Order: sequence, then structure tokens, then C-alpha cells
Amino acid sequence: MLKQTEGSHAVAEAVALCRPEVICAYPISPQTHIVEGLGEMVKSGALARCEFINVESEFAAMSVAIGASAAGARAYTATASQGLLFMAEAVFNASGLGLPIVMTVANRAIGAPINIWNDHSDSMSQRDCGWIQLFAETNQEALDLHIQAFRLGEELSLPVMVCMDGFILTHAYERVDVPTQAQVDTYLPPFDPRQILDPSEPVSIGAMVGPEAFTEVRYLAHAKQMRALELIPGWAEEFRAVFGRESGGLLHAYRTEDADTVVVALGSVLGTIKDTVDEMRRGGAKIGVLGITCFRPWPLAAVRSALAHARRVVVIEKSLAVGLGGIVSSNVRTSFAGNAGAVHAVIAGLGGRPITRASLARVFGEAMAGKLEPLTFLDLDRALVERALARERGQRRSGPIAENILRDVGVVAARVG
Amino acid sequence: MFQVRIHGRGGQGVVTAAELLSIAAFREGRHAQAFPSFGSERTGAPVVAFCRIDDREIRLREPVLEPDALIIQDPTLLHQVDVFGGVARGAFVLINTTRGFAELGLNELTGKFRFCALPATELALRHAGRPVPNAALLGGFAAISGRISLESVSAAIREKFAGKVAEDNVAAASAAYAHVRCEMGEAEHAQAD
Repeated sequence: MLKQTEGSHAVAEAVALCRPEVICAYPISPQTHIVEGLGEMVKSGALARCEFINVESEFAAMSVAIGASAAGARAYTATASQGLLFMAEAVFNASGLGLPIVMTVANRAIGAPINIWNDHSDSMSQRDCGWIQLFAETNQEALDLHIQAFRLGEELSLPVMVCMDGFILTHAYERVDVPTQAQVDTYLPPFDPRQILDPSEPVSIGAMVGPEAFTEVRYLAHAKQMRALELIPGWAEEFRAVFGRESGGLLHAYRTEDADTVVVALGSVLGTIKDTVDEMRRGGAKIGVLGITCFRPWPLAAVRSALAHARRVVVIEKSLAVGLGGIVSSNVRTSFAGNAGAVHAVIAGLGGRPITRASLARVFGEAMAGKLEPLTFLDLDRALVERALARERGQRRSGPIAENILRDVGVVAARVG
Repeated sequence: MFQVRIHGRGGQGVVTAAELLSIAAFREGRHAQAFPSFGSERTGAPVVAFCRIDDREIRLREPVLEPDALIIQDPTLLHQVDVFGGVARGAFVLINTTRGFAELGLNELTGKFRFCALPATELALRHAGRPVPNAALLGGFAAISGRISLESVSAAIREKFAGKVAEDNVAAASAAYAHVRCEMGEAEHAQAD
């Protein structure tokens, strides 16, 4: 049914349609509306045969999800930002144990300095944790990816993280098509665990493994993710057959057929990029877009094939590997047959800075003119940075950077002393 | 695409206004996108929310930088925040106020935008008993812009709220709609004379 609703609410409805049996969560912006919505559905009885467990921290949330999943329950949680970091140890355990938990990450920056707004630092910090990571472009896709996440997670016995941009998607009202229970039931069979803790047939899960077999266990985890790469396109196709729309899969290519320049990105910024690219196409530029839906496992061959004819690649990424540069672009370089120097990293939208068509058009134009540096920070206030550097050169104890910069910008609230 | 930017303060239902407008547009078969620009989430702090309306899917996610309509829920923001930034010439500007434009210090802008002053807080207090002007302003927006019908605004209010709260806010929106239509009629008469 078509609805005009909030992204968080749409995701809560999708999760409820997946018939979860245990939901545990600790509130953190911008994830809160999702679990609030699910809590209300459990309380009202609209979501039956499901236990909603309030926990005391994110670490507990993931620990409860691990316990529930190991006992054979379909388990779900959601978090963001520092919450994801606080549960990090358990996040690795969930994938190491092969438990098909589904978790929404409502993407938000990581402090310090504390920042509640959107970027991808949180999910990217956990990119090698062994979970499948899917990124939603729209609220419709966020809704759809949750349904696919339970399916592929349970089939492979792997946890799946569905990443959606905090505020930009979670708090946006837009049109979504909410499927029927019958459609979801057709696509998603009841959870049939590949491993289960059962008192009548006791087993141990989570044994200590020494040097004699640790490599082999890790190899098998990698092999399972490689298997996911083969299976995900088929599940997206099956999804299309049941729900009648394209959603999920590994990648979405847009106007790349004859493109010399391909822009690569993840998440909601793809919409703004597509509008920018359409405008540049009207001016004759041969430019296209490659959206990465599945970031882990990294779809190496699919990306390589999609970029086969590109002369240059511009990666718009909402996270920064401090001391290296771009994270997504580093991955893209492994998939680019051409000169690695032709892959440009553009760090954009950190801590909620808007990514505008005007700035994108400028940076794409620079790339096509051969003037774009390998690493760029979109809309960086160079004067502000120079002032901070000058201050540090001039005085050893020049004070905390974040507070000094806020004073320079003139944000009154930052004045403490 | 038609773009609306709503300025107000925390507690005035700014985000809800954008959401309601998007629901109203959706009910008329259009694509709509509403989203907030959160700052510090506290009562009284300046808040901005956006709504885009179009006949096709809206992909753009940047903030509304060049609005076709501006709704100012709190006139004390006029000289605190750059509310007119990027607003196109001829845009609708709806201000919640009981005062005249000269008194608000806006005389030099009256030729540039299509202004409308609406005592939305007073209408909200009269009909809903609370100084939350958002529903009344949406009624006024429907009247001044013709972009959305009062029926759709009312249906959106009833979809998001229930019972007396919904009906009181529908009454406030309807009163605001009538108020603006009446003023527009007087303006037309004045022009005809």
C-alpha cells in the first residue's frame, strides 16, 4: 500500500512484517523512531509473538540479540554512531558465531567532537566486522533491504547491517509502498536456523580456537561472504518477482553506458548526484553514476565490470580514514583496471554538512577537466583551517581545536570561558 | 518542483507542518518529500523544515536553498536568522503575525515577494487552545498559494492526529484559509477600484 510516511516508521513496519521474535534496543538519535515504532507495535499487539527487551546499553542490545539468535529466534536491533562503537565487540562476535541478526544503522557521525548529524563514519568503522553491509538510497529501498536482509542472513547464517542515512532518510517523509504480510511471507520463510542452542541436544557455540584452526575458521567466514556475492543478485531478482520493484542487489548503475566519468557513492546522496548528472548530461557531459548497495562483501567483479569503460572515477564518500583519505575509494581502486590515479576521493557531507548540486557539479567539472586532486574535501573552509594551523604554529598551547574553530565561526553557544 | 521552507522555533510544530504538507500533497497524488534540519533539539531554538512537491519522484536531498514559498512561524526570527536567503523573487511569504510589514521592518521587501500576514497563533489559541500555529499556517498557505486544497490539509491533519486535537486544528486551518481568502478578495477589490 502506498503511504506518505517517515523513513523510520516505514522501516519499523517492514521489520514487523518480517515477524521478528526478539527486538532489543537502546535508544540513540537518529535511530530512536524505529525502535519506538516497533515498541508500540509489540505493546499494542499489532506485532504478536515478539518480545521487546529494553536493555541498559548497546553492548547489552547486541548481546541479547546474540543470545536470542543462538536460541533460534529471529532477532533485530538498531543503533547509530557511538552506540555501534559501544557494541563493537559483540558485533564481531555475532558474525564470528554466524548468527543471522539484522541491525539497522541510522548513519551518524562519530565523536569527538560530538555530532549528532549524518555521515557514514559509524558503519565504515565496522566494515571489516564480518557482517553484510547494505546501504539504502531511499526510504523505499531501506524498507525493502530489511526484508531481503532477513532472507539472506538466515540463508547464509550471517548477520546483516542495513545502513540508512540518519535524519536525511530516517526523519524524511516520503512515499513508500508497504508490502502486504502475504508478500513478505512468500519471500521470507520462517527462520530455520543452521545452528541452535537446544537444552535437549546440548552443544557449545563459541569455542576457543587456537592457531591450529583459526585461519581456517576465518577463511570460511570469508568464503561465506564471497558466496553472498553470488547469491545476492538472485535474491534481488526474486524480490522483484514477488514485490514488483527493483531493490537491493549489489549495485545500481545509472547512465553509465557511454560515460567517461563515473561517480561512485553509497546511500541517499545518490539522488542528489543523479539530479546533478542529469543536468550535466544536458550540457553534453558523458557522466554516469554507480551506486554501491552492497558494500560488504565488496562486489569486486561487479564494480570492475561497471567501471570497465570509465576514464576517471569520482568517489563521493561520507567518511574519512584519517591518515589515508577515502575508504570507499580505496575499495574502488581494487576494482579499477585503469590507472589508480584516475580514482578521485571526495570527502563530503561529514557531520551533516549538506551536499549540494552546485558543489557536486563543480567537483565533477574539475574532474572532467583533469584538475581534481586525488583527495578533496568538498566545500572545505580553507581560511578557517589556515587560521587554526597558524594558531598552532604560533603557540604551543593554543587550546582545543574544536572549541577554537567554533569561536572563529562565531557560534555563540561554544563560548564557555 | 515546488519547494517550501518553514522557519520557526522548537515547540511550534515546524517539522510537523512540513510533514503535514507532504501528506496533503501525497493525498492529491503528487510526490512529496518533507525533512527537518535539526540543530539543537530544544524548545525555542530556531528550527527549519523543508517540503518539496513534484509530479515525479523527488531524488534531491539537499536542503531547500531557493524556496518558492516561505512560511515563518515566528516573526522574532526575521532579524535573527537569514530567513530570506535564496528566496526567489515573487515567492509566497507567509508570516505569523498580527503586525504590519512596516512594523516588522519589511517594507523594502514587499515589492519583491508575495507577502501574507496571518495571525496564526491567535487562530490556534482560539480554535485549539494552544499557541501552536502550524495548522493555521498550512490553511493560510493553501489559500495564498493555491498549491494544495484546504480539504487535503484537513485530511492530512486528521491522518496524523485524532479526535479533538485533529478537529480543533482543522478548525484553525479552515479559519486561516477563510481569513486569507477574505484578505485576497479585499486586495483584488482595491486593485479593481
